[in-house]
Parts: sequence; C-alpha cells; structure tokens
Amino acid sequence: MNDNKQVTPTAPEQEQQQRSVLPAVDVFEDASGITLLADMAGVPKDKLELKVEGDTLLIEGGVQPPTPDGLEAVYAEVHVPRYRRSFTLSRELDTARIDANLKDGVLTLRIPKQAYAQPRRIAVTSA
Amino acid sequence: MYESILNHPNNLSGQFERLRRELDEVFGVSGLPSSIRSVAPGTLPAVNVGRTPTSVEIYAFAPGLDASKIEVTLDRGVLRIAGERPSGIPVNDPKVNVYTRERGAGSFTRAISLPDDVDPAHVKASYRDGVLRVSIGRRESAQPKRITIQ
Repeated sequence: MNDNKQVTPTAPEQEQQQRSVLPAVDVFEDASGITLLADMAGVPKDKLELKVEGDTLLIEGGVQPPTPDGLEAVYAEVHVPRYRRSFTLSRELDTARIDANLKDGVLTLRIPKQAYAQPRRIAVTSA
Repeated sequence: MYESILNHPNNLSGQFERLRRELDEVFGVSGLPSSIRSVAPGTLPAVNVGRTPTSVEIYAFAPGLDASKIEVTLDRGVLRIAGERPSGIPVNDPKVNVYTRERGAGSFTRAISLPDDVDPAHVKASYRDGVLRVSIGRRESAQPKRITIQ
C-alpha cells in the first residue's frame, strides 16, 4: 500500500473543484503515534490517493462500484462518488514512515512519531 | 426549571427544525412522497438502488464489516440487511487519547421495499471494498418486450 503514498505538488485546479464528501474518521493517539481510520466504502485500492505536502495530509478516493450496463438509478443516498479530507499534521509526526492499509472500504493510517518524540525513560545513575 | 427552558418552542434546536422545514417547503421536497421505511440522512449504511431491465441492484455502503456476518434476508418483497460493526478504537486503554469519533459502531438493520416484479429465486449478494451489492432478478413477465405490429 505504501506505493500509493507520494509527495507531489497539489492537484490541478479542476481536480480541486470536483465535488466530494468528507469521509467519517476516527483519530486516536497512543505513545508511539497517531492512528486514523476513515470510512471510504466503494473505493478500490487504485482509486485511493494519499498525499503529504509539507504538514498537510490529504486523503482522496473515488467510489467505483461495478455497475451493470443499463443501470437506471431509482433511489440514491450516495450522490457524490468522491471522498476527500485533509488534516494538518504536527512536527513531531514522521510523515516519511506513514503506513496505510485499505480493507473492506476502511482506510487505516498509522502515523508514527519521530524517534526523538517517542517517550523514553531516562535512567538515573547514582554518583 | 431547566426542563422548561429545553422544551421551549423557540429553543435553538426547534428553530433549526423550523428552518429545515421551511427550506424543504421552498425547495418542494416536503410534498414528495417518501418511502415509509426511509431513514434520516447520515444513517449507516447508505443505500443506492438501481434498476436494469433484468434485475434490481441494491448497493449498501457499509465499510469495515466481516462479510460472513452480514445477514441479508428477502421476505415478502422487503429486503433486510443486518450486520454489526466493531469499533476501531481500542477501549479502556488509558494510554490512548481519542480525538475524533465519527465512525459509527454497533449493530444495524436496514429494510428496503422492493418492486413487485422481483424474483426471490434469483438473488446474488457480494461484498467488495466495503460495498454490499445485492442483485435480484426480475420476473420474465415484467421484462420489456418488443411488440410486433400485425
């Protein structure tokens, strides 16, 4: 999954203006890093894009359910087939080692803290 | 006393509700019939329904489920989708700080009324990328026919 992650300049204007919805997320932190879970139902692996630019993390994905020929919509609750959400990261997070996993429409991102920001125990030596 | 403040007809949530109704009236949404089984927007899973000449296709956007634990039943023209989603957040861990909790967890059920011409003998269900797709065939007699002019 790491191959989807890329550090690239911002997307062209027309792509920015595409309509999208905010995916629901869970964010929690433990001693070694931050975990982000995002609901992105219907997004296949190759339609998911993760970008880190400076301190901004962008999550974007296109919904692509396999539709048979001649499908006529009767009722729809999902109108916008695109998820997009961005987050501002903080300096102690190590953006070079973000681990991403997409399973059953749930994106799991693990953002570890920089080695220097990890909590550590300081041993006290007696003189 | 507090209760009376909360129940005041002019309270904030009541005003939002009134605003929503007024907007619905302006845009003409309120007059349209809604399904008796329709739910509030934002309810999981979101459902899209489509139709082809030979089948009715239902897409339920339910990410993060165990495919073997999704229950799909078809009874008297009502399709019922039930399942349970575990929470991704570790519970009772004092070292974990939760900042955002938007993804719903727990069990859910949704019911969708189907058109009369569906054939319960031809149902297929699959789960991929967090989308449950149920495809139900339509009866031969309901499929479009070309009528020759004599």
